Amino acid sequence: MSWLDFFRANRKAEPDSATQAKERLQIVLAHERIGRTREDFLPRLQQDLVAVVARYVAIDPGKVNVALDRGGDISTLAIEIELPGAKSGASAAPAAANG
Amino acid sequence: MAQVIVVTSGKGGVGKTTTSAAFATGLAQSGKKTVVIDFDVGLRNLDLIMGVERRVVFDIVNVIQGEARLNQALIRDKRVDTLSILPASQTRDKDALTKEGVSEIIEELSKDHDYIVCDSPAGIEKGALLALYFADQAVVVTNPEVSSVRDSDRILGVLQSKSKRAEEKRDKVKEHLLVTRYDPNRVERGEMLKLEDIREILAIPLLGVIPENESVLRASNTGMPVILDAESVAGQAYKDAVGRFMGQELPHRFLEPDRKPGLLRRLFGGRAA
Repeated sequence: MSWLDFFRANRKAEPDSATQAKERLQIVLAHERIGRTREDFLPRLQQDLVAVVARYVAIDPGKVNVALDRGGDISTLAIEIELPGAKSGASAAPAAANG
Repeated sequence: MAQVIVVTSGKGGVGKTTTSAAFATGLAQSGKKTVVIDFDVGLRNLDLIMGVERRVVFDIVNVIQGEARLNQALIRDKRVDTLSILPASQTRDKDALTKEGVSEIIEELSKDHDYIVCDSPAGIEKGALLALYFADQAVVVTNPEVSSVRDSDRILGVLQSKSKRAEEKRDKVKEHLLVTRYDPNRVERGEMLKLEDIREILAIPLLGVIPENESVLRASNTGMPVILDAESVAGQAYKDAVGRFMGQELPHRFLEPDRKPGLLRRLFGGRAA
C-alpha cells in the first residue's frame, strides 16, 4: 500500500465509475427488455383508468397525467385525474387521484 | 451455401467497419472464399479501411438497380486472393437498398462463397435492418462504455425479432460478443467496465476482446485491415477471434494491465511489479 492511499482513504467512499456504469446499465436494461417483449402498456392503462373514472364522474380526458419513475427495486406509477368542480363551468379546485 | 455474418452494434464509432475488414480478411486468409459487403449507403467507408477506395467503379446500389452486374461491382483484394469487397454507394441514400435487391445479391454470392460478411451501418433503420436481415450469425461489436452496451442490447433484441430467421421461426441468429477498445489499465483503475460485467449484462458468448491499440489507427491510415499487422496486439486479437469463430479453442489474451511500474509508482511504492 502506497502512502498516497492514506489520503484516498479519507475521501468519502463512493463506488468507482465503472461500478456505477454497471449498476446504471443493469437498471435501464431490465426495464428496456420488458418493454421489448411486451408493447408499452402505459397508453392502454391510461385509457382504461380514464374510462373507469368517467363512468362515475364526467372528466376531461385531456386533464389526465401519468408519471413513471423507474428504479432498481421499485418503480412508481402516478396517475393524476383532474375532476371538474361541483358546478360545471365553475373554477373548482382540482381533485387528484393518485395511484 | 454461404454463412451470412452481420457485424453490427447499434451505436456508431465502436469499430464495426474495422472489425468487418479484419474479420473478413481473417476468414479469407484461412482459405475460405469470403466477400464483405458495405451496407452503409451514403456514408461508405469499408473501401477506405480495406484500401480499395481508388478501385471502386460500381457499387451495391448499381447492382440492385440493374446498372451493373454483381461481378463488375465486386473488387478482388490484392493481398488475399479469396477475398472480395462489395462497396456501398456514396451518392444515393438508404432507400436505394431494397429487401428483394439485397436478397438476390446474397443468393447469388452464396453460390460461390463460404462467408458473406455484412458491415452494418449504425442505428436501427433501413440499412442496419437489411444488413442483419439475412444473417445466420451476428458479431455484436461493443465498447466498454454504457451507451455502447445499451445499444448492443437493443440490437440483440432486433436480431431476435426482425431477422429473417426470427420471422421464419427458424433457429435464431447465432450471436457473438466482440469487445473492442478494451483498456485493461483503465479497467484496473475502476474507470472502465470490466469484461465480466459486459458479459454478465449482455449474456451472449464471447468471441474476443480487442485491446485499445495504436495499430488500429495506423492500419486505417494506410488502408490495411489490422489483422494483416501480425505483430500488433489488435491484429493478434482479431486473429484469435477468427480462429474461435472457426471452432478453435484459444485462450483470451491481452486482458491484463501493463506491469511496467511508472517512475512515480516506483518511488512511492504501490503494487508489486
